[in-house]
Amino acid sequence: MENTMISCENLVYDNHMHTLTGTAFHYCPGCGHGVAHKVIMEVVQEMGIQEQTVGVAPVGCSVFAYHYMNVDMQEAAHGRASAVATGIRRVLPDKFVFSYQGDGDLAAIGTAETIHTVNRGENILMIFVNNGIYGMTGGQMAPTTLAGAVTSTSPRGRDIAVSGSPIKITDMLAMLPGAYYVTRQSIHNPNAVRKLKKAIRLGFEYQKLKKGTCFIEVVSNCPSGWKMTPVESMKWMEENMFPYYPLGDIKLPAQPIPVNNN
Amino acid sequence: MNRNESEVRLMKGNEAMAEAAIRVGIHAYFGYPITPQSEVLEYLMEEMPEDGGVVLQAESEVASINMVYGAAGAGTRVMTSSSSPGISLMQEGISYIAAAELPCLIVNVNRGGPGLGTIQPSQGDYFQSVKGGGHGDYRLLVLAPNSVQEMVDFVFEGFRLAEKYRNPILLLADGALGQMMEKVELPPAGSLPHVVPEWATRGKAANRSQNIVTSLHIEPENMEKVNIHLQAKYETMKVEVRSESLNTEDAEIVLVAYGLSARIAEKACDLAREKGIRAGLLRPITLFPYPEAAIGALAESGNVENFLVLEMNAGQMVEDVRLAVNGRKPVHFYGRMGGMIPSPEDVLHEIEKIVEHSSVKA
Ligand SMILES: Cc1ncc(C[n+]2csc(CCOP(=O)(O)OP(=O)(O)O)c2C)c(N)n1
Ligand code: SF4
Ligand SMILES: [Mg+2]
Repeated sequence: MENTMISCENLVYDNHMHTLTGTAFHYCPGCGHGVAHKVIMEVVQEMGIQEQTVGVAPVGCSVFAYHYMNVDMQEAAHGRASAVATGIRRVLPDKFVFSYQGDGDLAAIGTAETIHTVNRGENILMIFVNNGIYGMTGGQMAPTTLAGAVTSTSPRGRDIAVSGSPIKITDMLAMLPGAYYVTRQSIHNPNAVRKLKKAIRLGFEYQKLKKGTCFIEVVSNCPSGWKMTPVESMKWMEENMFPYYPLGDIKLPAQPIPVNNN
Repeated sequence: MNRNESEVRLMKGNEAMAEAAIRVGIHAYFGYPITPQSEVLEYLMEEMPEDGGVVLQAESEVASINMVYGAAGAGTRVMTSSSSPGISLMQEGISYIAAAELPCLIVNVNRGGPGLGTIQPSQGDYFQSVKGGGHGDYRLLVLAPNSVQEMVDFVFEGFRLAEKYRNPILLLADGALGQMMEKVELPPAGSLPHVVPEWATRGKAANRSQNIVTSLHIEPENMEKVNIHLQAKYETMKVEVRSESLNTEDAEIVLVAYGLSARIAEKACDLAREKGIRAGLLRPITLFPYPEAAIGALAESGNVENFLVLEMNAGQMVEDVRLAVNGRKPVHFYGRMGGMIPSPEDVLHEIEKIVEHSSVKA
């Protein structure tokens, strides 16, 4: 299994891009954040928009996203990335603006900002990396943690009666008229990464057309927080996360534009 | 209205300040309604010209201040305003803005607290304004107007200082200044040119490295260097200290008061002079940096026997006056709380008590 995953034909990204700084990722082995970073930057490179792009990093494991993504970036307070992105977007209406947030950041502490940013239809691309846990702070329960899942703050498993059900915020956001394109993708195999890349490309293309908020959930893993090997975590994600957070488009524009994704 | 010329009008403090914001050329204003300053957002919504700045009603003060962060980080001239409870909500964002050294103007039209309190004027947010408020070692440069004219002037002065020092500026007014109408001279638009700073995040030009707006410095060695840099900056900001003295040359008692209290104190001094008491007023105009040297000089003066600090709170600035006087003369305090405004007669009564007690002792 391990051997097949790292074989050459499964290489889904180019390692020598000018949209990456070249700094080695600090992420744990097998973590989905690095893949998501690279895919976003591949799209920025292919669209030739590096000079017009401003990103917003969250508080979470990807707090140092700007060490790797070679674009102008701002580091927001925990949960506030979409408000910061709104501030940038409103004064730079012709640039490309994206935010990148984890599930604790976007769906717990930043819930109000998330909902209202999408409701205003801010013309930004929001990337939401859902690994079902607070990775950075050492594996506590997140709003997205599955029922029964053991974390450091749910040692007997998430109890729905106490903590509520894992929040499907992406589905909630899709109901808002401001949301133009909403999709849930993942990073568990090369095909999934290609689909994710296509979605990101669409998000930026729609932004160019000033269509409103594009929202991409990336169901991801946290081998360290989940206390699994990278391979085990991918399997666990497929078997447990995907049934609750099914992959695919949640809201598509009435008339999708054709996008040439090379 | 021709904004290219200066103009004299009769205006409410909040509206005059909003008009000044248009004339100073803000690129964006983000705010959330709260009495007694909602007129700022309302005025801007109504009056901002089509080709002027963005005016956006945010979902909360938390969102407002983080929108300010984003727009300031993009190198634009941006402001927000609120009143006490809303300013409390902004404290996290203000700490981040100070740490990331982003210029912006934040207005607090102070109302009575704690808690939801009252919508009446107060100076209960002095500590929050000058001693931090949010987490970490940071300072705001705090301007305290005492008239509608100064509400206008300090919008211009605030942005000049914000951009000079890359620091957030707090304009600390109160509900009475926000609501009162006075004659005011509005400066012409364009009198404070704006330059896009080279550190702004507006898209990485091919010929430069990334611009990053952040407050994260995970290695303590680096974080300490950032702190040393900030403290050094705050030290250089001290040249901006401003205060105003009225009849202190021969004063036996010096009142110290800022903002609305200073206007009441001025009246009380006049009443005292009519009764033959030589009363003077020292009005701090910047609350950080604090005019400790001006107060210290008065403490050295042979004439001055007593200080009386007047505030619309339980006694906050009085601590800074005591530090500046440093035991050289007695420092007394008189204040009303919870939105109550002291009358000049109340203050006169305090002055008389102090002077009488002094002469008995002598
Ligand atoms: C106001 C505030 N509260 C709490 C924290 C601590 N904290 C940092 S990251 C984090 C959770 C991050 O989880 P998530 O957004 O899911 O990102 P991940 O690390 O899993 O990618 C928390 C609680 C903080 N930095 N600021
Ligand atoms: S803790 Fe989890 S989310 Fe964070 S880098 Fe490690 S694997 Fe990734
Ligand atoms: Mg997470």
